[in-house]
This record gives sequence, structure tokens and C-alpha cells, in this order.
Amino acid sequence: MSEAKPVGGKVFTGPFLFFLVITLIGIYFLAKRFMFGIGAVTNMNDGFPWGIWITYDVVVGTAFACGGYSMALLVYVFNNGEYHPLVRPALLASMFGYTLAGVSVFIDIGRYWQIYNVFLPWYTNFNSILLEVALCIAAYIAVLWIEFSPAFLESKTGTKSKVNKLLIFFIALGILLPTMHQSSLGSLMILAGHKLSPLWWSPALPLIFLISAITMGYTVVIFESTLSSFGFKRPLETSILAKLSLVIPILLVIFLVVRFGDLLMRGQLGLAFSGNLQGNMFLLENILHILPLVILASAKNRKSAKMLFLSACFLMFGGLLFRFNTYLIGFDPGAGWHYFPAIGEQFITYAIISAEILLYMVFVKKLPVLPGQEQARA
Amino acid sequence: MKIKRRDFLKGAAGCGVLAAVGQPTFAEAKKKERLPGALGFLYDSTLCIGCQACMVGCKKANNMPVESSDLLPIWENPRDLSAKTLNVIKKFESGTGLNKDQETDGFAYVKRQCMHCVDPGCVSACPVSAMRKNPDTGVVTYNKDACIGCRYCQIACPFNIPKFQWDSAFPQIVKCQLCSHLLPKGEIAACCSFCPTGASLFGPTNELMAEAKRRQQMEPGKYYDFPVSSIDSGKIFSQKAASYVPQIYGENAVGGTQVLMLAGVPFSKLGLPELPEKSYASTAESIQHTLYKGMIAPIVVLAGLFYFVNRSQRDKD
Repeated sequence: MSEAKPVGGKVFTGPFLFFLVITLIGIYFLAKRFMFGIGAVTNMNDGFPWGIWITYDVVVGTAFACGGYSMALLVYVFNNGEYHPLVRPALLASMFGYTLAGVSVFIDIGRYWQIYNVFLPWYTNFNSILLEVALCIAAYIAVLWIEFSPAFLESKTGTKSKVNKLLIFFIALGILLPTMHQSSLGSLMILAGHKLSPLWWSPALPLIFLISAITMGYTVVIFESTLSSFGFKRPLETSILAKLSLVIPILLVIFLVVRFGDLLMRGQLGLAFSGNLQGNMFLLENILHILPLVILASAKNRKSAKMLFLSACFLMFGGLLFRFNTYLIGFDPGAGWHYFPAIGEQFITYAIISAEILLYMVFVKKLPVLPGQEQARA
Repeated sequence: MKIKRRDFLKGAAGCGVLAAVGQPTFAEAKKKERLPGALGFLYDSTLCIGCQACMVGCKKANNMPVESSDLLPIWENPRDLSAKTLNVIKKFESGTGLNKDQETDGFAYVKRQCMHCVDPGCVSACPVSAMRKNPDTGVVTYNKDACIGCRYCQIACPFNIPKFQWDSAFPQIVKCQLCSHLLPKGEIAACCSFCPTGASLFGPTNELMAEAKRRQQMEPGKYYDFPVSSIDSGKIFSQKAASYVPQIYGENAVGGTQVLMLAGVPFSKLGLPELPEKSYASTAESIQHTLYKGMIAPIVVLAGLFYFVNRSQRDKD
């Protein structure tokens, strides 16, 4: 494994055009939202004031963007330099994930022209968990761009910039900030109180969300490495991924022990078998956590690219479902309220995902992100 | 995975610090008490005749648009609270629906609006202090110049009171503010001044609490005096006492509310949630403040992280 190099190749490919079209459809609905209000394109209502824009684009989106955070923990805190080649692609995905989560917040909030109020000391409310989330995510977006900046500098000057003390400070900050806001994304729903099913409402939500976010980080690194090796026809980094994937079953055991320990202590586990939508979704969510644990517990499976990819898929879907359950499916504001995302609302989310993929494709082709290959490309 | 033992221990120690910070010790936050000058009203469902004069008064006092739920908008008849309606009278009915304030074969009215909580979820939730609790009267007010429209107040309200203008390009949150624009003029909340029977009775919450307790001691069927409009108005209405359920809604729910309610049927039948005595706001805030310890904990962790990152870079060179 050598230094990071641009992948090169044409930018305007078939998949590029596909994601571009989706992004453009999303922009049409976006124009509608800003002209006629949020109700014109979404099914959000006074019972379900948060829909998929918050649940998927922000809560799931930033969890999927924890690759940079999780890798930084492993490389810098646990001092495993061998994983360094995986840091930069993970950082890139994190940078886009978080930046687009920030964009989503701007689209979602009703009075977006006053968004700077969160920075004005005479308005800030230090009891508000959402204030902490907002400030932390804003700061982390800036930190991610700074952490990624060496890639820009290398492509411009052709020289590798020396890691200076200032960058070390930002790397440290880049580990602290996600620890704070990923746990707070769990704390947010404590205020929902009786409206959130006891299967998810818990004073331990911050801890559970944090463990899940770190797990998601490693999962996404495996998912993205497998996918980009396939997409850009590069040899798979299976040996390093096999080593990395040992972290996941360890984290999953911790996650499940905390999750079920908390449910047993609060005496609410029985709800899981009530046979209703919430109970069934809880079971599915946990099956999607247990399956990858079983698969990745075997050393043989960890060396198989197929098994790695399969477990990563299960786990990403499991992490997604855990967050949808906590923010939407487990949330019941009372009789008469229903929510299912409208078409326009969905397309804005699809556009955000497409924009993220588009940017990722351009960046890895033009900038030194992915580890360079030994042999010359044809 | 090849990790040098020494490095692993160091890393684990670092994570231990993180875990210690992430371990809520659930320090009990001091319970918020009712302000001595807390204002509110007592809604007595048994005195309510469902005339909806309070709804008319509320619309007038707050310049709210009319809302019709019929195909032909002849009557104003909002079904529930909305971005156009800050106060609503709803009806519970069962069986034949003939007997007032009876759970079976009966009916009862309920008035819904902001409860003006002692420890409001919306105030705790709002990142920009758009929701504020008046330090003297305890009335929960909304400031559109601060609001960013995030709608976390709606998630956080146990009573689903704040409403959002979904169909506006420049939306606001809308909720009852106990006519706080009228209070400085010496007037009372419009719903109470318009109420002909005293079902909505304005006053200081502690006096209303005493009044509610007095009513619960009344002998059903006997005549008693009930004050009208506000507790000190001097206007009196003589009426047969109904049979009350033994609960003052708002006395304890989520840390107490400044609006209190009495009824002849269980409050769950009237659509009011059964809530714990501890406010969700104090649960959330005590966890958060325990974790952060006034931002000292994050700074300590940052220093630790700086040491680790610095060391790993040194090892690489």
C-alpha cells in the first residue's frame, strides 16, 4: 500500500449522469419548498414535526459519516498507524456526509434566514440539547474540511505538507466533537417523553447512540472500501479490512449488552413481543445487529470480501432502522396523527444522497484520496 | 489485530476517560417549584356548557384567522388546536351521550391550550430561547425574532401544544401565551373574560389551587358559589356542585402546570396524557449537565486526545 493518489479517469460516466438527474429533480422540489412552505412538499405535521429530513439526512446521515471519527479513534487514540491508508477516504465521506447534513438542516428549519441566531450569545440556551448538537455539528464540518485540506494542498503543490501542531489540534477536536454530538443525538429524544415508546426512550439513549455511531463508522469504512474497489475496478484491501472488521463484533457485544441491560432494568423488554409494528421493528432492528455479530465472529468470514460486505450491509440497515425507530416509528404523538414521507420530500432526500455520491466520485478521481496502486494503470 | 500491549493500555485508558465522561450519574436536578407570582387559570369541565365563547374571545384578542372544517366554510368550527386556533373546546361522548359529566352514557367538555408548565419542555428544548418562561408570571411566551423554526418545541411538548405554519414560506410557531399582551393593561386572558359560567377562571395559580381543593370537598348536588372570570372579580354564580374525579390535573403532571383542571370524568377520557411527576426537561437537563459539567469535561478530554494524537504522530516519524 503506497501513498494516496488520484484515481483519474472520466468524470461524466453513466452512474454520474444518473445521480445528476436525481439531484436535479430534488432541486425542483427544493424550489417549491422555499416558495410555498414546508407543507407544500412534505407530509410533516404538528404531530410529526420531524420527518425523514431530520431522521435520515441528519441523524442517519451523520452516523454513516462517522467513518472519519471511528478511524481517527483507531489510528490516533489506539495508535494503529497501519490503518492510516483508510483514514483519508473515510474522512472524505465524513466531510460530505456532515456538510450535507448541515445543508439538510437549513432546508428543514422553517425560519432558515435566522439560522445564525444559534451563534448569538443573547439567544443561545445552554439547557438546550439541540443547541449543543447544532454548534458541535457546525464546528465539526469546519474541522473536517481543515482535516481534509492536506489533500487539496498536495494536489496543488505536489508536495506532502508536514503534519504540524495545528493539524494535530484539529484531529483531536475531530474526535471530541462527534463524541459529543453523536451521543446528544440520542439525548434529543429524551424530551419526547411519553410520546416515544419505552423500547427506545431511555436515559441511556446518549450512550447507546454513541456506541452505535462508532460501530457505524467502521461499518461504513468497510462498505465504502468494498464498493469503491468494485466501482473503480481496484484491488480490494481485504487483508486490512479483515483486521479492521474484528472491531465490529466487539462493539456489537457492548452495544447489545447496554441495549438489553437497559431494557431489562426498566422492565420494558416485553413490549418487543407485543406483535405490533413497534415491537416487530424492534425485533428486526436487533436481528440486523445480531446477524453481523454472528458472521464476523468467525475469522474465516472476516477474510471473505463477500461476507464482509454482507455484514456491513446488515449493520448499516440495522443502524438506520435503530435511528428511524427512535425518531419516527417508535414516536407516537397520540391518536389521529400519521406520517409517511411525501414524494417531493423523499426526492429531496434522494437528491442529498445523490449529491454526496457525485461529489465523492469527482473528489477521488481528481484528488489524492484513495491509496495508490503498485502497478501502473492502463 | 496487532496492537502493542503498551499502546493498547494507553488507548484503553483514554477511552476510559471518555467512558467516565459518558457515564451519566443521574445527579438529581433540583425540582423546579411554582413561581410565587405564577399566573394561570382553572378550567372546570363540570361548569363548562360548551358555548365556545372562549374560542371567540381568544380569536379576537389574538387576531387569529377563522378556521372551518366544513366543505362550505359557513361556521367557524376548528376540530383541534392548529396554527390558526390557540384555544379549543372539545367534547367527550360515550354510549347514549345524555348525561353531563358521566363516564358511561354521558358527555363532558374539555378546553385545550398551553398549560404553561412549571418546567416547560419547549423552553428547555429551544436552542435560541424563542420559548421563554416569564420570570415573574411564569407565562410561556414565544419570540418569532429568535425562532429558527426547528420545531424541537413540538417534539418536546408533552401536550402537543405548539403548532407550526406549514403552508407559509415564512412560518412561525403558534401557541397560547395567556394573552400576555393584555396582562400589563390590567386585563385577564380573553378565554376567561369571555367565559359566562366561570368554567375558565383566571388568577394566581396558588389561589386557583386552593379553589380547586375547595371544590373537591363539595358535596355533589348541593348549591355553592363559584367565582366568574377571575378569582378576585367579585362576580359570583351559584350552581349545583358536580361529582368530581379526585384529581387536579396539572397539580403534579410533568412537574406541575400553571393551568389547572377539574372534571367529572377521568382526564384520560378527555384526551389528556397520564404523565410522570418528574418533568422530562429535568431528566434531559440533568443527564446533559452531568455529562458536560459546565464544559470542563470536554476540555479535559480534548487535552487527553491532543496528547494521544501528538504521540501517534511522533511514533510515525
